[in-house]
Amino acid sequence: MAGIATTLIRTRLVAANRPLTGDPAWIRWLVMSVGITFLVVTLFIPLVAVFTEALRHGLAAYFASFTDPDALSAIRLTLFTAAISVPLNLVFGVAAAWAIAKFQFPGKSLLISLIDLPFAISPVVAGLIYVLMFGAQGWFGPWLHAHHIKIIFAVPGIVLATIFVTFPFVARELIPLMESQGDTEECAALILGATGWQTFWYVTLPNIRWGLLYGVILCNARAMGEFGAVSVVSGHIRGLTNTMPLQVEILYNDYNFVAAFAVATLLALLALVTLVLKRLVEWHASRQEDSTQGALS
Amino acid sequence: MSTPARQKNILPGFGISLGYTIIYLTLIVLIPLAGTFLKTAGIGWHGFWLAVTSPRVVASYRLTFGASLIAAVINAIFGLIVAWMLVRYSFPGKRLVDALVDLPFALPTAVAGIALTSLYAPGGWIGRWFEPLGLKIAFTPLGIVVALIFIGLPFVVRTVQPVLEEIDTEPEEAAATLGASRLQTIRHVVLPRILPALTTGFALAFARAVGEYGSVVFISGNMPMKTEITPLLIVTKLEEFDYRGATALAVVMLLISFVLLLSINLLQRWMSRRLTA
Repeated sequence: MAGIATTLIRTRLVAANRPLTGDPAWIRWLVMSVGITFLVVTLFIPLVAVFTEALRHGLAAYFASFTDPDALSAIRLTLFTAAISVPLNLVFGVAAAWAIAKFQFPGKSLLISLIDLPFAISPVVAGLIYVLMFGAQGWFGPWLHAHHIKIIFAVPGIVLATIFVTFPFVARELIPLMESQGDTEECAALILGATGWQTFWYVTLPNIRWGLLYGVILCNARAMGEFGAVSVVSGHIRGLTNTMPLQVEILYNDYNFVAAFAVATLLALLALVTLVLKRLVEWHASRQEDSTQGALS
Repeated sequence: MSTPARQKNILPGFGISLGYTIIYLTLIVLIPLAGTFLKTAGIGWHGFWLAVTSPRVVASYRLTFGASLIAAVINAIFGLIVAWMLVRYSFPGKRLVDALVDLPFALPTAVAGIALTSLYAPGGWIGRWFEPLGLKIAFTPLGIVVALIFIGLPFVVRTVQPVLEEIDTEPEEAAATLGASRLQTIRHVVLPRILPALTTGFALAFARAVGEYGSVVFISGNMPMKTEITPLLIVTKLEEFDYRGATALAVVMLLISFVLLLSINLLQRWMSRRLTA
């Protein structure tokens, strides 16, 4: 009985030219229209709004926003902060991935969880923990004051907070990648007489280059765009301790909307470039994977 | 990846790479976190309890968790729809749409914050449609939910999407040939298999929303007892030089983050067990 029913239904489905796992047209239509509408409203319109608000009073007003010395110093500070925090987290990420992926040791999973920790912590709290270390009321506050060193409400605090919030990016990209690659190629290089450094430089690095780049791109986007953590440690001193996101906030709170959105367009462009680079790297990485699999089979 | 050969590892650099990792982790993450917990010891249990249970603080918890929960539920529903669309259908511009989903990861939160505020303010592109209905979005808890939806969406899509790509369609075929309607098949065959991923995505979006600051401060209006989220209250206390109050609240937020992180780890384990089973 069931067999006949199944056959009948299959015949009917095939006759109706309906694939067995496809959705009927009305579901397809519903899902597509709901999904696209949702994405347009939540993601696309806000992105467009950044540019239209910035250009509201024309191109001249838009470009005039960038002649403000405070805006220029904010751009400089953002670039400076990223130029320090990204390489530091890059070196850390490579070292951590080397130790974790290539060796066995007790406490490894705890170490991985601890590396991920900064992603779980609110940016505001990330800023606060440094205020409690180096601020006037902090553990090292009196000592730093006596030696005339300023960390909080100064550039070093901004760099530290940025390092904290971007801490896991490179490491968490490289650890699973290097674990999946194993250590056979490195061992072969060493047996053939390469030094440790040569092995890393000529064998490991080419294998992980796309993963590394991917981590760096994401790390850089967050380093340049971080707001909460940096806001807590910066002190908002115009021309001195304002990064671009903080400059956006100050201009916006001054009701200088065109200038606020003008600086915001630079950050939005950074986001778009990040998305494009990310796609390119994903594409290259999958091609590399395909070619290695092809070579092995 | 552990093989018996691993016992005699000939690779160099273990000591220096692990040592560097631990020193860097300790300096940047562990010492500041420990210092924060130690600071609360100076407040005393009684003072700590008073600081974290005052009516203004409790109102901020209710708002933070309530708005995060609503946003995460909405993201779970629409994130599943978007993931489904991206995996199961082909349509023109699909790669562009797929790339757009990552926008909240790449767009600085302050930029998202001012853009959403200008859109949802009473005279804004979207806000003006709700004004005649007597519905205000910006500068109310609704605005906070809008910002948290923006921030959390990619977490759900990027967790569900790979799982949807991974699962084979044979059980669906079987259900269809046995006479199940497409909706029955989705409800009884597909949904149970992606439930762990959907729950993980929901938890990730929720955890992110609870700590979010940048996109919310602009749209929320920041009125005490009404639209003041907990991270903002920490900043306010700091600006009032109430370091003890700020520290106590930060410790509560840290403990919540640890609990959420632990639950997410357990969920991910559940997810990978489901996938390998």
